[in-house]
Amino acid sequence: MALIGSTRRSRATRVPPVVLAFVLIPLLAEAFWVFWPALQGFYLSLTSWDGLAAPKFVGLGNFSEMVHDPVFRTAAINTVLWLVLFGGLSAALGLGAALLLQQERRGVGFYRAALFLPVVFSLVATALVWQAMYQPDGLINNVLDGVGLGSWKHAWLADQDTAFYAVIVPALWRQVGYVMVLYLAGLKGVDPALYEAAKVDGATRWQQFRHITLPQLRSVNAVVLSVIVIDSLRSFDVVWALTRGGPYHSSELLSTYMYSTAFQSLRLGYGSALAVVIFVLAFGVIASYLVRAFREAD
Amino acid sequence: MTATHAAARVEEPSDGDGRTAKVPAAAPRRSVLRGRALRTTGFHLAAGLLSALWLLPIVLVLVTSTRTFDDIAAHGVGSWPHSFTLDGFRQAWVDGGQQRALINSLLVTIPSVLLSLGLASMAAFGLSRYDLPFRRVLLLLMLGGNLLPPQILLIPVSKLSEVLGIYDQLYALIGVQVGFGVGFYVFVLHGFMRAIPGEIQQAAVIDGAGPWQIYWRIILPLARPALAALSALSFTWIFNDLLWAITVLRTDTQMPITASLIGLQGQYVSMWNVIAAGSVIAAAPTVAVFLRFQRHFVAGLNLGAVK
Repeated sequence: MALIGSTRRSRATRVPPVVLAFVLIPLLAEAFWVFWPALQGFYLSLTSWDGLAAPKFVGLGNFSEMVHDPVFRTAAINTVLWLVLFGGLSAALGLGAALLLQQERRGVGFYRAALFLPVVFSLVATALVWQAMYQPDGLINNVLDGVGLGSWKHAWLADQDTAFYAVIVPALWRQVGYVMVLYLAGLKGVDPALYEAAKVDGATRWQQFRHITLPQLRSVNAVVLSVIVIDSLRSFDVVWALTRGGPYHSSELLSTYMYSTAFQSLRLGYGSALAVVIFVLAFGVIASYLVRAFREAD
Repeated sequence: MTATHAAARVEEPSDGDGRTAKVPAAAPRRSVLRGRALRTTGFHLAAGLLSALWLLPIVLVLVTSTRTFDDIAAHGVGSWPHSFTLDGFRQAWVDGGQQRALINSLLVTIPSVLLSLGLASMAAFGLSRYDLPFRRVLLLLMLGGNLLPPQILLIPVSKLSEVLGIYDQLYALIGVQVGFGVGFYVFVLHGFMRAIPGEIQQAAVIDGAGPWQIYWRIILPLARPALAALSALSFTWIFNDLLWAITVLRTDTQMPITASLIGLQGQYVSMWNVIAAGSVIAAAPTVAVFLRFQRHFVAGLNLGAVK
């Protein structure tokens, strides 16, 4: 691979030692804090460990335990549901916001900034902001009362049926602006001549969107998909701050279940196995991201 | 300079009507104008409503943070405010330990940003400007490490910091933030530095410049747009992190602001004025960075997007 680069570019072939050090020091830092721990993580998933005595090798025992673990099943289903709902809605809303705000006109900078502002908040702060609104005497119930929907009032975070969805909303509130920015950059790259040609041919706005905008955004869609899947599987803070996965695990995600299993129940082997499941779910996206990165890195 | 092209690609264009809709010349002028005015009104209505909806929680937290506890207890947290006080801020800042937590956050965030970007720019320089063996493999290995779900690393990292004797110390958090973040920054900076023309470097070599001088005096200054974007981005990422902090830290007085907010939530149950004030304090630094470096910030988000 390096050879391909050297034939195309005329560049000093001898690599000075200091350059080697430039590359090796960061690589070692990452190896120390990431690669080595990751290998340990995979190994620990095959053990039973309380963190004190030596880890005991149990083969795939942790994984067969998962099959009969109802909390794992809830967490896994919730994680997939989170991927679909959080991912799908943030992509759809982000694209919608980008389409609405794509044209440069007066005031558009303000609107974009308003939608983007939550992106810079920590998920914990986001969660606390929404927690106050979800209270029984909070804004959401007050508004429902005010518009005559008093019967819809809920203790949103304390009710098993609503907790999961009540946690998704703040996460969405924060993510939409991010996806919008990605799509805004993508829309900017669409050649305006394509729309001109379509208009001449009498295409409706929907046809333009369907046959020009969407195909032209294909590469951005791939980016958004990777970002969403990776972010979804990492989602932890907002659930942890709002419900800790409760009530009765109704808002449990694999990430929160993994954390409480490992650091509160001190079942480090089982926790590692849960982490491996998260890794497996993320693997496809990570691999495709790397393939695209590989192509881009010439 | 080609290096700036990559930046220009992701930067916001200047304000003003970019592409205005072409109108058929045959249509009567007045109805066209009225149609456009209608459409503009519609746009501002829709966008304004959406923005208001998005800003509402922020306004609400600001209002709640300036109410008294008695007011909230009497009228409910969702009611119209009947009081104004900054006492919630004092409680969160002094009694709630947010001052200490904010200092911890900055003690972690600033060195982490500087270190990881410093290291990443060195690696990116080596990988993009020299024909190292396994160049691409190394690059993707580093990027791949950053894409791993952190959960797989949590247990080993907490044990590793125990073994090193830095568990529950800010060094452990800085270490893992640098180690975990560096792969992504290398990838982004590599793409940017790759676009700098080789002639500049060759001229420097002829003038007798060594690799260090080329890196420090030529490549680094040219990579400034990417570095600025990544600084703004990584500042918010590291500052907002919760998971790594609660993995390698335990004592309350060591916790950064995000973890301390969770402590505040447990300590001041239903004292929404204090919790809201704490949230405002926790969000203020990143909002300041965003407002000050908005352009870099948006550029940074797009820099990371692999097409």
